[in-house]
This record gives sequence, C-alpha cells and structure tokens, in this order.
Amino acid sequence: MSSSALPLSRSSRPPGDRALLDAEEAKIEAAPLVTLAGVSKKYQNGVAALAGLDLCVRTGDFLSLLGPSGCGKSTALRLIAGLEPATSGTIEWAGGQASGRPSIGFVFQDPTLMPWASVESNVFLPLRLEGWSFRTASERIEEALALVGLPDFRKAMPRELSGGMKMRVSIARALVTRPSLLLMDEPFAALDEITRFKLNDDLMRLKQEMNCTVIFVTHSIYESAYLSTRIAVMAARPGRIIAEIGLDAALPRKEHFRRESAYLDACARAADALHGAMDAKDHM
Amino acid sequence: MGAPDDEAEAGTSARGRRAGEVARARLVGIILPIAVFAGAIGLWEFIVRVNGIEPYVLPAPSVVIATLAKDWGTLSLSLLVTLRTMAIALVLATVGGVLIAVIFAQSRLIERSLYPFAVILQVTPIVAIAPLLLVYLNSGTAILVCAFIVAFFPILSNTTLGLASTDPNLRNLFKLYGAGPWRELVLLRAPSALPYFLGGLRIAGGLALIGAVVAEIAAGSAGQGSGLAYRIVESGYRLNIPRMFAALLLISLTGILVYAVLALVSHLLLRRWHESALDR
Ligand SMILES: Nc1ncnc2c1ncn2[C@@H]1O[C@H](COP(=O)(O)OP(=O)(O)O)[C@@H](O)[C@H]1O
Ligand SMILES: [Mg+2]
Repeated sequence: MSSSALPLSRSSRPPGDRALLDAEEAKIEAAPLVTLAGVSKKYQNGVAALAGLDLCVRTGDFLSLLGPSGCGKSTALRLIAGLEPATSGTIEWAGGQASGRPSIGFVFQDPTLMPWASVESNVFLPLRLEGWSFRTASERIEEALALVGLPDFRKAMPRELSGGMKMRVSIARALVTRPSLLLMDEPFAALDEITRFKLNDDLMRLKQEMNCTVIFVTHSIYESAYLSTRIAVMAARPGRIIAEIGLDAALPRKEHFRRESAYLDACARAADALHGAMDAKDHM
Repeated sequence: MGAPDDEAEAGTSARGRRAGEVARARLVGIILPIAVFAGAIGLWEFIVRVNGIEPYVLPAPSVVIATLAKDWGTLSLSLLVTLRTMAIALVLATVGGVLIAVIFAQSRLIERSLYPFAVILQVTPIVAIAPLLLVYLNSGTAILVCAFIVAFFPILSNTTLGLASTDPNLRNLFKLYGAGPWRELVLLRAPSALPYFLGGLRIAGGLALIGAVVAEIAAGSAGQGSGLAYRIVESGYRLNIPRMFAALLLISLTGILVYAVLALVSHLLLRRWHESALDR
C-alpha cells in the first residue's frame, strides 16, 4: 500500500523511516490550528455548559476530548464547528479570527443519514451543498467510499446497512470535501466493541492518509489513549479542561500498543484526573 | 450413529410442518374475513325473505343491487358529482395545507398567530357551519368549501409537525456546509415531512367525503346539486328505501376507493425507505 495509490492523500512520502518522519513532521508542523481561550457557553435555559475553557489544537493532532457525559464535550465541538456562538472568550484560527476556519467534516454519534437517499446521495450531500454537480462529484464519492471500505455500496439504502456500515458512510460523507479538520462526537459509542476496535484502527489509517487534524470526543479512557496524540480530560459543572496528556507514539498504532507502557500510563493518568475531579466534587 | 441424521430429518420435517402451518394461517387470514362478510350479507337476505319484510322497510341485498342497476343512470351521475367535489376539495386542501405549513415552518410567530383560526375551523362541527355557508354561497360552492374545511386541517397539522421534526443533527450538517433555508426545505425538511404529510392526506381523503356528504344533506332539497347524499335525501322523501340503500352503498364504496388509492400512493412514495411501508 504505497501512499501514491491513495487518491486522497496529500503528502506522498517514501515508505521507509515512516515513524521517524512522522515524529519530525510533528515537530515542524506543531503550529496551532485553533486556540480556544477562556471560552464559556451558557445556554438559554441557564445551564453553564462550559466555563473558562482553554485549549490549543495543533495541526496534525489527534486530540481526544475525554470526560463524563454532560461535561460539555459536544458543546465544545459545536462551538469549534461554528454551529453556535460562544457566550464569552475567543476561538482563534491559524488564519486569523473566524474567517480563517478551515474546511471541516463533522461526524455525529448517530450516523444521521438521510433515510430516503441512497448511500451515494448521502455522501454527495456536502458537495451538493457546496454547488457541485453529481457528475463532477462522482469520482470524489467513489474515493470517499473506498477510503472507508465500502466501494460496492453506492446504490444501497441506509436501512440495508449494519450500524458499523452506516457509521462508515457517515465518515465518508464527512471526508468527501477533503476537510483539514475532522470533528467527531462519540462516533463509535453506539457500536459493539469488536466493530469499534475495527473502526478505531481504520480511523487512524484514514487520518494518516488524509493528513488531517482530528478532534475526537469520547467518554472511553481506553479509546482515547489508543487513538490520540493528545488527551484533554474534561470535568463537569462547569465544563472545563482539568488535565492534558500527550502520547508520542506515531499513528497508526496496532493492537499491541494496548500493552505498551505509554498506553497504560496514559490510561492511568486519565483515570486519576477523572477520579480526582469526582472526589473533589463529592460526586453523588 | 444414525441419531444425528434422525435429528436432522426430524428438524427438516418440523420446519416443513411449520412452513405449512404459516401458509395455512395466512390463507385463513384472508378467507375468514371474506366468509364472515358474505355470511352477514347472506343472513340479511335470509331474514328479509323468511320474514317477508317489505322493501320499503328493509330491502334485501339482492333488491339493493337490482335497484343500483336499474337507477344506474341517475346514480352514476350523482357519483361523479360527489367524486368531483371530493377531488377538488382534496387538491385545494393539499395545496393550501402544505403551503401554510411551509409558511408556519419559517416562523414560530406566524404559526402562533394563525394556528387558532385553523383550530376554530377544525373544532366547529361542519354540520353547524354548512347552513351559514349555504346562505352566502351557491350550494355547489358551499358543499365544496365544507369538504375543503374538514380536509384541510389534518394536512396542515401533520405537515407542520413533519416539517418541525427534522433530525436536528442533519440540520446542523446543512448549517455547517452553509446551506440556505430554501435548500434546507427542499433537500431536508420536505423529504422528512413526507411520511407525516401522507398520513394527513389519508385522513383528509375520508374527511373530504364526509364533508361533502354532510353539506349535501344540509343543502337538502334546497340545493339543485345532485350528489349521492342529495339522492339519499330525495329518496327519503319519496320513501324509495332501496334507492337510499343503493346510494349509501355507492358512498361506502367511494370511501373505500379513496382510502385505497391514497394508501397506494403513500406506499409507492415511501416503500424505498420508510419503516411504515417496509415489506415484512
Ligand atoms: N441546546 C441545549 N440547551 C440547553 N442545555 C444544553 C443544550 N445542549 C446541552 N445542554 C446542557 O449542557 C451540558 C453539556 O452538554 P453536552 O455538551 O451535550 O455534554 P456532553 O457532550 O459532554 O455529554 C449538559 O448539562 C446539557 O444538559
Ligand atoms: Mg455529547
């Protein structure tokens, strides 16, 4: 699998010394993509979902937002995507204020496919909304579906697919615009563990092929430690970041990474941070 | 060593027996309702004949059919009048209901301001409105308006509900890719609302018939209209009971026909994706 065979890959590197190159690139590319400073969000019903959130996402990061349900992970993602305004604080993009927002792909917890449309129409949607004709988009749709391993399902209807396949279509839809930032809101939380492991591995491969930045929301310590180059641990009421954990090992990682000390150490530190926040609150 | 084979054989024959049972159950499910219906008609015929009941008290089914054939000239014209009223009322109610639902979907404020009118029209019995309409309008128009009023509300309320219950994350997606309200309506909200709209349409079809019949009866002999309900009133005055039954039969058949056509339309439009239309 040389990278030049993959149509969506942006960089074509020689296959050798991949880990070393990745590490070097990470150092060079570590420019901030988006910086959240003192971001707060109060909903109309008075719920303070976020208060004083500081976060810097660097180009090329696989950043996990890890925290218990209700701590404001989805809210943070929606603010970054520009779906909602922050109540206070700033969200600054590499290219200046909000105008510098790069192209974004969004994957929700549910596949949220349009049930009346075929797989290819669902994947076509983002390009359609950007004014592409179906004919010109056809190749892109094919690429995106090949990337998620569903090249033969263009004409299928969503109801004919399993949960994991629907999620793959949802990811293809997010990738079809070749976004430089991929936002994922607990995308695999509703899937069985075996399917989730498979999609975890595929996601790391995808990220490398697309050469994009990923912000990945999860409530699973293990999932975040397996996938991320950085974990931002969040606590609830009000939502904020209480710890940041870095994992240097290059992506994509393989199953044996789950037995390495870096992984186990990250899991332990994330668990400590989460428990610390709970104890401090005298939780429940 | 023969045991596994025996078991397998027992399994196959059990499965065969079960398949047979399923097929038989399905056949019974079709035949039994037909038999019960035919039995009821037969019982009616039997009671009338045995007791020698006069046709002007209770006509036997055979007499009703004979009357239907004899008076087909008049009755078929009346059937066409009623069908036409219904069809026009249904089309107007569909266009009006969908249009207003789309306007409601644009703004909560408009919806709040206009919804009470729709509710008042809905909750006031159409029999009570009909005489008033007959004062203001000629009877043909008044009957049409009555059928329209009753058919309009289910389409409006169902379509409004459908347009409002679009998946919020799909709406987020449209927002993320910068789609305007028009594209969101056409590509997302309209298809999401389709099953709701079709549910409303099926109810509206039946109600349009009721509205037309009620208004024709209210118009009574005053109306020069000649719909099926008018024939019932007219036959009542002349004590032509078999003809009343014949007209009644045609009204029932019309109702069944309208329901069947709308159910078919809805099945054809939804069969590719909606749960309610999936083959089971
Ligand atoms: N649209 C909304 N209106 C009001 N409150 C909301 C809304 N969305 C989320 N919240 C509240 O904000 C808090 C954080 O929610 P969310 O960001 O969804 O958390 P998470 O994704 O971590 O589970 C919760 O208490 C939730 O009830
Ligand atoms: Mg959430």
